[in-house]
Amino acid sequence: MTVAFWTSLISGMILAGMPLLFTSLGETISEQSGILNIGLEGMMLVGAYAGFVAALYSRSPWVGVVAGIAGGMVMSAIMVLFCVRLGLDQIVVGIAILLVGEGLTSLLHGAQFGSSYPRLGGMMDIKIPLLSKIPVIGPSVFSQPVIFWLGIALALIVRWILKSTNWGLNIRAAGEKPAALDAAGVNVTWTRTAAVLTTGAFAGIGGAYMAIVGSGIFVPFMTNGLGFIAIVVTMLARGRAMWALAGSLLFGICLQIGTSLQVAGIDIPTDVIFMLPFLVVMVVLVISARQAYLPAALCVPYKRGKKG
Amino acid sequence: MSDLIDRELTPAVTGSAVEVVEATARAVPRNKWKTSSAQVIRAILAIIVAFIVGAVVILLLGRNPLTFYADIFRAGVLHAGWEDSVTRMSVLLLMGMGYVVAFRGGIWNIGGDGQFLLSAAIIAGAGPPLLSALPMGFALVILSLIGVVVGGSWTVLPAYLRASYGLNEIITTVMMSFIGIYVANILIKGPFRSEQTTVPQTNVMPFEKLLPKIPGTTIPIGIFVALAVVVGLHYVMTRTSIGLRLTVMGANARAALHAGLKVKRLILGAFFASGAFIGLGAAMEILGVWGYMRADWNPKYGLTLFAMVFLARLNALAVIPLTGMFAVLTIGGHAASRNADLPNDFMLLLVGLILLLMTLAELITIGKAGRRLLGQRVVQALRFGREP
Repeated sequence: MTVAFWTSLISGMILAGMPLLFTSLGETISEQSGILNIGLEGMMLVGAYAGFVAALYSRSPWVGVVAGIAGGMVMSAIMVLFCVRLGLDQIVVGIAILLVGEGLTSLLHGAQFGSSYPRLGGMMDIKIPLLSKIPVIGPSVFSQPVIFWLGIALALIVRWILKSTNWGLNIRAAGEKPAALDAAGVNVTWTRTAAVLTTGAFAGIGGAYMAIVGSGIFVPFMTNGLGFIAIVVTMLARGRAMWALAGSLLFGICLQIGTSLQVAGIDIPTDVIFMLPFLVVMVVLVISARQAYLPAALCVPYKRGKKG
Repeated sequence: MSDLIDRELTPAVTGSAVEVVEATARAVPRNKWKTSSAQVIRAILAIIVAFIVGAVVILLLGRNPLTFYADIFRAGVLHAGWEDSVTRMSVLLLMGMGYVVAFRGGIWNIGGDGQFLLSAAIIAGAGPPLLSALPMGFALVILSLIGVVVGGSWTVLPAYLRASYGLNEIITTVMMSFIGIYVANILIKGPFRSEQTTVPQTNVMPFEKLLPKIPGTTIPIGIFVALAVVVGLHYVMTRTSIGLRLTVMGANARAALHAGLKVKRLILGAFFASGAFIGLGAAMEILGVWGYMRADWNPKYGLTLFAMVFLARLNALAVIPLTGMFAVLTIGGHAASRNADLPNDFMLLLVGLILLLMTLAELITIGKAGRRLLGQRVVQALRFGREP
């Protein structure tokens, strides 16, 4: 196990874990407010595409990230309309959003770029003085794009919001006992609307990160099940942002380890590498089958005056 | 183990007798004709509006939607297109039945793609040696059974986790699906790889030893197998106690438990049957159409078919016309996308739109038809882990 191996493993872990982090932070907010968002992956894809196109034409990764946020939010607006406002089935709508996201981005990409795959330049990395000189950790942790630090900051912010602010308390109440929140004079629909839109924005950043920072390229279906892994991370994190951070980085290792082993000269079939994260998820789920927890009112549409 | 379910489902036992009655009543509609005609109208409405929205998207992409839809019709129905579409129907119908049996019981088996591809890969790998060693008819039956067993087995772990720990099967089936897809690829690139080709694929089964065709057409007899399964499943679902038990469980798992149903066994059985039908579908596709399997082949029937089954309101017979339409769309859509120089993913968008509009249509007429298919039981399906 060489220095090159560890460096590539750690930097790859961060690279692969970041989209998971953004997305699972978003899903945490949504699930805490009582909306299960199965369509996460559709939102990520739209965010990735919007972000990629914007970054390509504006030549600025930040414009891309903002466009990614917008793209994710547009998709989550569908969820707001159908699930929060109209109280329709969240699983069916979620799957519909996933399919629409997949189909739409693939069609748009095909129509706009055909089979050419334009590439973006790298996003500016910040090398933190001194710290980036440390072997192994230096070139991996302390030479990451700015958005990495944004992710860490967001995890702390989400934790603070959910634990210590009024809004966070409202969100959690909307997920546990919406009727009580309503009785306390807070609008459940608006609380959930804000939560779902935030989720869309976060998933959009996650997607944009994949396209702009992660690979510099948009490929149809590039999320490849990451949205579902984010849901698992969220479920196991049980609403705690710091656990979502830890879980994302852990699954980042699974996503990255194959490439790192190749760097170290050990050859593994790509299918095994791709399968690994899903295998790990299943093992974790089997081990912790009884530990996962979902809010009481998850998936229950709220309607004033309805019993239950 | 059954006490685990008990503990999970028993809080708030009050009124369980009423729940049993309600759940049974919900399982059997009161005014059949009125309900079903309203459902047909809603389904057609959702499909038409989805086509219109789809046309707008195609227009925005700078293609002519009328040409696009005409191409779909031409390639999917006219000339010999209808034969391809009917052939495609056999696999779609069988997968659809896999969904019907699961969703009726309130089980969200969303991992159809993995079950399908893993069965297909093992059939394609075992096919050439079995066909040369055994008499043809016997070998085909054995291969179909292999598909059934493989597809069913791939559901056992999610089923067990759901039945024993109440672990959400949406997530576990999706994860198992991805694992299945990659295992299928590993098998095809590894032990099953043909030495005759440069592209990784399995050995090709001799054409004359595949499923026989209906005389005068290119349609394999798999379609009859599929139709027999549809009719059989419809009978089981509507005329036998097993069907009623499943439907009651789907409507209200707690009520089912208090009515004395063996919920755990029902979950395991419905899950296995679901995977088994999907595996049988894979057998009909490989043994009837392809005769071999390429690596990385994934027709992605899984989630798109999901929409058709819901549109059919989990009614096995109603799945027939809808998969017919869907088969035409997939066969014709391929040609239409090629002509329009677009990727072959328009179908995903269209099906997603149909799903969205279907839920909307449900809302519009809810007062008149009275019966909502999805509702509280989704909540039941999602409860997992400890009670709060």
